[in-house]
Amino acid sequence: MTTERLFSLRNRWFALSVGSTVGIAAVAVLIGFVWLPSVQTDAQFAGIWNAICSAAGVPQKWLISTPLTSRVKTSDVVLTPSTLGNADALSIGRGATLSLRCTMCHGPQGLSQANSPNLAGQYALVIYKQLRDYQSGARTNAVMTPMVARLSDQDMRDLAAYYAGLPRPAGYHPASQPVPDIVAVGSPMRNIAPCASCHSAADRKLGSPWLEGEPAVYIRAQLQAFASGDRHNDTSEQMRNVARQMTAGEIEAAAQYYASQRP
Amino acid sequence: MLNNRRLVLAHFWFAFATFGVALLLGAWQMYVRSPLHAWLRQPELYYRSVTAHGSVMGYVFPTLIAMGFGYAITELSLGQTLRGKRWAWAGWWLVVVGSLMAMVTVALGSASVLYTFYPPMIGSPFYYLGVVLVVVGSWIWVALMSINLHVWKRANPGKPVPLPMFANVAGSYLWGWTAVGAALEILFQILPVAFGLKSTIDSGLARVFFSWTLHAIVYFWLMPAYIAYYTLVPRAVGGRLYSDGMARISFILFLVVAMPIGIHHLFADPQVGSGFKFLQSVFTALVSVPTLLTVFTICASVEIAGRLRGGRGAFGWLRVLPWHEPMMLAVAFSFVMLGFGGAGGLINMSYQLDSTIHNTQWITGHFHLIFGGAIVIMYFAIAYELWPQLTGRALSSVTLMKWQLWLWFIGMIVTTFPWHYAGILGMPRRMAYFDFSNPALAPEAITVTMSTVGALILVASAVLFFMVLVRGHRGAAVTPAQFEFATAVHPPKTLPVALNSFGLWLALMIGLTVVNYGYPIAQLLVLKETAVPAVWMGGQR
Repeated sequence: MTTERLFSLRNRWFALSVGSTVGIAAVAVLIGFVWLPSVQTDAQFAGIWNAICSAAGVPQKWLISTPLTSRVKTSDVVLTPSTLGNADALSIGRGATLSLRCTMCHGPQGLSQANSPNLAGQYALVIYKQLRDYQSGARTNAVMTPMVARLSDQDMRDLAAYYAGLPRPAGYHPASQPVPDIVAVGSPMRNIAPCASCHSAADRKLGSPWLEGEPAVYIRAQLQAFASGDRHNDTSEQMRNVARQMTAGEIEAAAQYYASQRP
Repeated sequence: MLNNRRLVLAHFWFAFATFGVALLLGAWQMYVRSPLHAWLRQPELYYRSVTAHGSVMGYVFPTLIAMGFGYAITELSLGQTLRGKRWAWAGWWLVVVGSLMAMVTVALGSASVLYTFYPPMIGSPFYYLGVVLVVVGSWIWVALMSINLHVWKRANPGKPVPLPMFANVAGSYLWGWTAVGAALEILFQILPVAFGLKSTIDSGLARVFFSWTLHAIVYFWLMPAYIAYYTLVPRAVGGRLYSDGMARISFILFLVVAMPIGIHHLFADPQVGSGFKFLQSVFTALVSVPTLLTVFTICASVEIAGRLRGGRGAFGWLRVLPWHEPMMLAVAFSFVMLGFGGAGGLINMSYQLDSTIHNTQWITGHFHLIFGGAIVIMYFAIAYELWPQLTGRALSSVTLMKWQLWLWFIGMIVTTFPWHYAGILGMPRRMAYFDFSNPALAPEAITVTMSTVGALILVASAVLFFMVLVRGHRGAAVTPAQFEFATAVHPPKTLPVALNSFGLWLALMIGLTVVNYGYPIAQLLVLKETAVPAVWMGGQR
């Protein structure tokens, strides 16, 4: 038996197995690539070659139209873990000098007394992205827009590095309170992810700020701006989709909760 | 003749230890998302747990069982000492180190990406490296199985390879080839992003690579159970294997058609053409052939046992079967679960029917019934069969064993049947909590509670299982009888080359992979602008 040749058409095992495999594959291909697509009446399936290509997954263009350009300016900043790299002392020093123009609202140590966001200890990527968005017009603000107009990209990196290096502020109202539902679990049936899944202890996502100790007025105003569409520099509409679904009570609860938390 | 007892025991014990931990995690998951528990305030913990549960149950536990059982089969069926003992230990260490590395990373919350990786989510590289070590360790086993078979063949030219070893090597080759898909995905797509060398990933291509592994991995998990059906069950129930040739054909068919069918996991994915989805749907349907062959052959083998015990009539032989034997119970339970799970699987593999249950709890119910039920219950039976050989001590707790098997069977049915029903109601899977107070979801609440009860029964069964094994180590020392596999009604004296070697079947397996996967992979490799930004888990880096 050891002299029996396996890879030969005379071997019935070979002939039968290869023949039936090829046969089944051929029939399946004919049905899947020719017959089933030919039943479709859409334009991209017209003609046998088109049908085969469509069934194979070749990208087809059948809708001829000019794309609409949005009137809403959105963010063009791409964030990756290595967008900023490691800041050196020179960069932080330059950032400190540049930050003198920010102190009126954001405080001399990055701690606001004016319900502007605290910047001390905020993630560098967050600060950098917001500055870029103000400059491009994706985010607008009567005060910030003129402030950033003349900043270079390096200026913005330096400012981000400086503020990220400052110690985080202590909360204004360090009272312990239960975590509101909207923060801990969101609302699954309204497609609201928990705030905490991006902004705090549970998990963090690239480009999301930490919010603990930020002024309640500021958080509330931003959520309302996202909900109304006045603010639209969030990546892929993530925050607008969340804020639109939130009730006034949930916005208030989230704002009050984060404002009272120790960072 | 089992020379490397410590090696096999090390595989089994590490496998069962990880299984025990992962089972507790699974039961906890079932509990926290049931109405019995308030919403988890830290949903990330749920995904951490799911990742650990899936990674252990998918990669570590069955792989170690297949490896340990494979080493035992090599010595017991070929009657020769295992070649490459040091390599085998190296493989074991790689699996152990890889498992611990991956699990510590998951426990720290740096890789809650679930065991199927789900790009563009990206976790810590240590998680993926841990999985790679596990796979590399198992590839050593694949090579050793092949080498040991060749050593035996050289010493026994022309003789039929014993069925257990033939099936074992078929399983190892299936795993060797099917693991390539996930390996390509991890090495060339995920790790460069996890290490920060790239910030985008072609998640469509990554999913196609993973589907290459994802379905046949199930048949790799299945192999030890099928080997037990064919080579342990008939002997244990006092019968004969109905057909040796049918057994070989079944394993060969698994090798050929189980591999290139994973795209049925991607029916809802846009990056694969509908033609290839249909093609793979057809080949998935073909897997029912070796499954039905097996059901037929094993039922016939058990019927032989029943008739030998004096059973008469169409069903009389069923009554006289040795129901007091744990193996008899195990195979009966396994077949019932395989039947229900397989029927559900026919829905999953149908291109059109799948759309009603895609990504619902039906899927979770399906693979728990097949793997956790039909397959794992046979792993228990294998352990019971081999333990006296491995420890040199008798397993005396037969009542405990029967209780254990009954509880596992009942627990798995109680867990998975409501799961299937919840899936038909549309309940999505991979959710940390559900708003059962919503009128649309309220009817689903009771199903989750029922599954939780099932999970607790499973935990109770596992406790009994560990009790049996631990008692086995303390039992009276005996000289175990010579281990024997089942003999066929007509034991083969000679075999056609096709049924005694793998060349043709490996060629068909690889050829079909090229036909079914070649174009989708090549197309996605060539297409521009298919990469998406990665989403890093576990925070800012």
